Amino acid sequence: MAEEGGKLAKKREALWLRARMIQAMRGFFIDRGYLEVETPERMPAPAPEDHIDAVPSGNWFLQTSPELCMKRLLAAGYDKIFQICKCYREGERGLLHLPEYTMIEWYRRDANYFDLMTECEELLSCAAEMCGTGKEGFLDYQGSRIFLQRPWEKISVAEAFRRYAPWPMADALARGCFDEMIACRIGPHLGTRCPTFLYDYPVSLGALAKAKASEPHLAERFELYVGGIELANAFSELTDPHEQRKRFEESLAFRRSAGKTVYPMPEPFLQDLDAMPEAAGIALGVDRLAMILTDSPSIDEVVAFAPEDL
Amino acid sequence: MYTASDLRKNLRIKIDNEPYIVTEFNFVKPGKGQALYRCKLKNMITGNQFERTFRSVDTFESADLEQKKMQYLYKEEGKYCFMDNESYEQVYLTEAQIGDAKNFLLDNIEVEILMYEGKPLDVTLPNFIDVVVTKADPWARGDSVSGNTKPVTVQTGYQLQVPPFIEEGEKIRIDTRSGEYLTRVK
Repeated sequence: MAEEGGKLAKKREALWLRARMIQAMRGFFIDRGYLEVETPERMPAPAPEDHIDAVPSGNWFLQTSPELCMKRLLAAGYDKIFQICKCYREGERGLLHLPEYTMIEWYRRDANYFDLMTECEELLSCAAEMCGTGKEGFLDYQGSRIFLQRPWEKISVAEAFRRYAPWPMADALARGCFDEMIACRIGPHLGTRCPTFLYDYPVSLGALAKAKASEPHLAERFELYVGGIELANAFSELTDPHEQRKRFEESLAFRRSAGKTVYPMPEPFLQDLDAMPEAAGIALGVDRLAMILTDSPSIDEVVAFAPEDL
Repeated sequence: MYTASDLRKNLRIKIDNEPYIVTEFNFVKPGKGQALYRCKLKNMITGNQFERTFRSVDTFESADLEQKKMQYLYKEEGKYCFMDNESYEQVYLTEAQIGDAKNFLLDNIEVEILMYEGKPLDVTLPNFIDVVVTKADPWARGDSVSGNTKPVTVQTGYQLQVPPFIEEGEKIRIDTRSGEYLTRVK
C-alpha cells in the first residue's frame, strides 16, 4: 500500500470534488434533455488543425477532440448531445496541460455562440454550487475573488487587444504574435473579477467556426476565461462542406510546410456535414474547471496521476 | 542541440555564446494556438536574469560545463582563490559568484567548481561541514523564556541558531544547503 499521507492521499479532497463536479455537469445536461453519447477515441483522420498534434495509435490517431463524430450525430438528427471523454494532444505538458485530459463537449441544434455563453453561465454556476464553492456568489482562485453573478463579462478579441496588448489585433496577426499576446498579455487579465467571454476571433483562427455574416473577417467563436485560465472554446458551427474542406486543406498545407504529420482528409465527416443543421458547439476542460473549483495552481493536483507519476 | 520542447528548469543552454540556466519554465498554449515556452533565464557569468518566450521551432546549443574538484586556498581583495588538486591551476571567484557559500569556506576545504570554457562560474560545497563554535552565550539552565535556540558564531564568522546546550569551543555540523544546525559533533 502506498505511504499514508503521500502524494496520492493528499489528493483525496480534490478528487472527491472533481467527481462531484462531473456528476453535477452530467445531471445538468440530462435534466435539459441532452443525450449523453460516446464516440470512438481512435480515429483514422483527426480534424486537421494548424497547432494541434494528434498522438499516433497504430495506423490511426487518438482523438484530439470528439468534434467530428459528434457533428456527424448532429447531422443524423440528434439535436442536443454531450460527451465527457479523454482527449489526447502530443507534446502538451505544463501547469495547465496534460497530454491526456478530460473534455466535456456539447452541441445544440439551432443555437448560436451567444446561446452557449448563457448555457456556460448556468452550467458553471450549477457545478460550483454542487461542489459547495461559489455558494455565496463568488469563487476564490489563487488570490482573486471571482464573482459569479450573471450575466458575465463579454469582451471582443479586438477590444481585448486594445486594452491589454501593445498592438491592435490585425497587427498582431500580421506580426505572427497573436497567440503570444493572447497567452501572455491578454489571457492572464481575463476572468479575474468575474468569468469573461472573449469573443469574435479572426476567421483564420477558427478552422471549424462559422464566419460572422456582418463581418466576414471574424468567426463566431468565443473562449471562456476564469481566473486567467482558458476554460472553454465555442463556435457557431461551420456547416458549409465546401468551405470546411477548403479550411482543412489550408491547415494540411500548413502542417506539410511546417514538417508536421499530415493527416488524411476526414471524408465521412465532410460528407455528413452537408446534412448538418445550424448548431453551436463547445468544449470545456474538465480538469481546468476542477482546478478552479479546488483553487489549485496546477492541473496535476486534480488528477490522480500525471504522466510523470506512471 | 536542444529544441524548445526540451526546455525545462535547470537546463543549461547557450545564447549568443553565453551560458544560461533556465530558472523558471512554463509551457503555455492557447487551445487552438501555437505552443509557447516561457522561460526565465539567468546568465551564468553575469547573473543577469530575463524572461523570454520561445516557440517550438527555436533551437539551442547546450552550454557545456564541467565540475572540477578544487581546494579553497584564501581570500584576497574580495576574490576567493581555489586550486585544482591535479593540475595545481588556480582560479578566482568573485564575492557575487561565491554568494552564501562564503559562510562555509573552511581553509583547504574541498569543493566543486563549475567551469565554462575555462572560466570558473560557481562553487558547490559538501552538503555537510563540521565547524568550531567560536562565540556562544552560556546556557542559562531553566531559562524557558528565551525559547529553544540561541545564536552562536562559528569559525568562518557565520552566525546561526543552535540548541541552547551548545557551548563555545564545541564542534557542530551544518547543512550548507540550508545553513542550518544539524547536530553536535563529538
